[in-house]
Amino acid sequence: MGSFDLSEIFYNVDSGYLEGLIRGFKNGILRQEDYRHLTQCDTLEDLKLHLQGTDYGNFLANEPSPLTVSVIDDKLREKLVAEFEYIRNHSYKELGVFLDFIKYSYMIDNIILLITGTLHQRQLSELLTKCHPLGTFDQMETVTIATNTADLYNAILVDSPLAPFFKECISEEDLNEMNIEIIRNTLYKAYLEAFYDWCKEKGGATADVMCEILAFEADRRSIIITINSFGTELTKEDRAKLYPRRGKLYPDGLIELARADDYETVKRIAEYYADYRPLFDGTGNGPGDKTLEDKFFEHEVTFSTTLLSYIYWAMAFL
Amino acid sequence: MASAAYKAIYGAVYAIFLLIAISLGLYLLLTNQGFRFDVAWFLTSISPYMFACVGIGLAMGLSVFGAAWGIYSTGASIMGAGVLMPRVYSKNLVSIIFCEAVAIYGIIIAIVMSGYLINFDLENLNEKARAQNYFAGYSLFGAGLVTGLSNLACGICVGVVGSGTALADAANNTLFVKVLIVEIFGSAIGLFGVIVAIIMATKAHMTDVSIA
Repeated sequence: MGSFDLSEIFYNVDSGYLEGLIRGFKNGILRQEDYRHLTQCDTLEDLKLHLQGTDYGNFLANEPSPLTVSVIDDKLREKLVAEFEYIRNHSYKELGVFLDFIKYSYMIDNIILLITGTLHQRQLSELLTKCHPLGTFDQMETVTIATNTADLYNAILVDSPLAPFFKECISEEDLNEMNIEIIRNTLYKAYLEAFYDWCKEKGGATADVMCEILAFEADRRSIIITINSFGTELTKEDRAKLYPRRGKLYPDGLIELARADDYETVKRIAEYYADYRPLFDGTGNGPGDKTLEDKFFEHEVTFSTTLLSYIYWAMAFL
Repeated sequence: MASAAYKAIYGAVYAIFLLIAISLGLYLLLTNQGFRFDVAWFLTSISPYMFACVGIGLAMGLSVFGAAWGIYSTGASIMGAGVLMPRVYSKNLVSIIFCEAVAIYGIIIAIVMSGYLINFDLENLNEKARAQNYFAGYSLFGAGLVTGLSNLACGICVGVVGSGTALADAANNTLFVKVLIVEIFGSAIGLFGVIVAIIMATKAHMTDVSIA
């Protein structure tokens, strides 16, 4: 019989408007025919003309005549950020926390970008234009002043939303190339684990859908970190500290991965898991093959859409 | 953490209430005073005015509650869907009108029922007249309860279905008429309540003179 849950009739109080809006956005996503038309376009002007007929509308209307790919990219990103901020500004309590979690990953990327840029003596203004707008937070520019992670934390990040993720990263060593990547991965690990735990605690469809997605993300990062660390100075213990402990590979697969020495070993470990075995088949570095990254990306997209249909089913029957 | 505190307080209050009720009942039973627990006395000592007026209040109040619930449910979805698809606004006002109809049923019944109220003085009446007045009170209460509860359910139902209609219409405009049929069935249940309430209410005749 299931649980007698009346929450559907109260759902529209907090979420009705945003649900309608988000369904509208989803209905506006480009379809098969749109993509077919786009592949038949010869120039970027044709592309712009075709996009005017879709939900993208006149987003390129005010751009001067020779369109470039970077201009289109910037405008698309601007549109996405505007929509995301609109939804964020209209959300209540828990949806707000959820959307903030999504922003934290962009914040991590921005901080690492700023630190790396400072290390290579780039100008602050140039770096700020490269930062992702969804990941900005107050006093972000002051990140460039820090020389080691302890400074970074005490002076700047303790007030930012990323403070709880910094616990494992603080050390007295100076920031250099190697350390920065370790910092990035440690921050991301803490963030992923916090996000996973929050979603799990919420329960219901949030837990079902998000925990699947985040588990895959955790496993993907573990595998990519392992593969990318072959041939670098990263020791196995340090590498093991970077693995997020929330995916299907935790705990056994991660112990194995920490001991792995080459690509073949990683492939063998992944074959124990039915979901990840097909991703390693047929990948390679040749011109016709897809790389492992591509396959991971495809897998993520296909199972995210399956999970989306699960949400619709769950709302009807649960 | 807050909900654990609420649960504890709720549990404590419920337990105290249950304890008092059981101990009172046992006291009356065991001291041979069971006759004091008299439901009939309780019901007949409440004036027919009270029953009739509470009925009218329930009719109006619960109907409006249902209608309001329906309108906010549908309205939030229409506004959300209409941002990107403005054609949704005009057709989907029909859902709002169905919800509003529920409130109108309530007010019609309330006005009809209040027409049956007559001021009487219990001393001037004989047994038959008093019985008739009590009957009138009870039937108006029942009619109010029927229409109030069925309109409450109808309003919620039409609201949730209307919200789905708006979202479906935004995605695919051929779906509108088909989903509207579901809404019409939902709206019919409010009408059932009105019909029964009319039948019950029209049997109520209050009198202020003794009858033979």
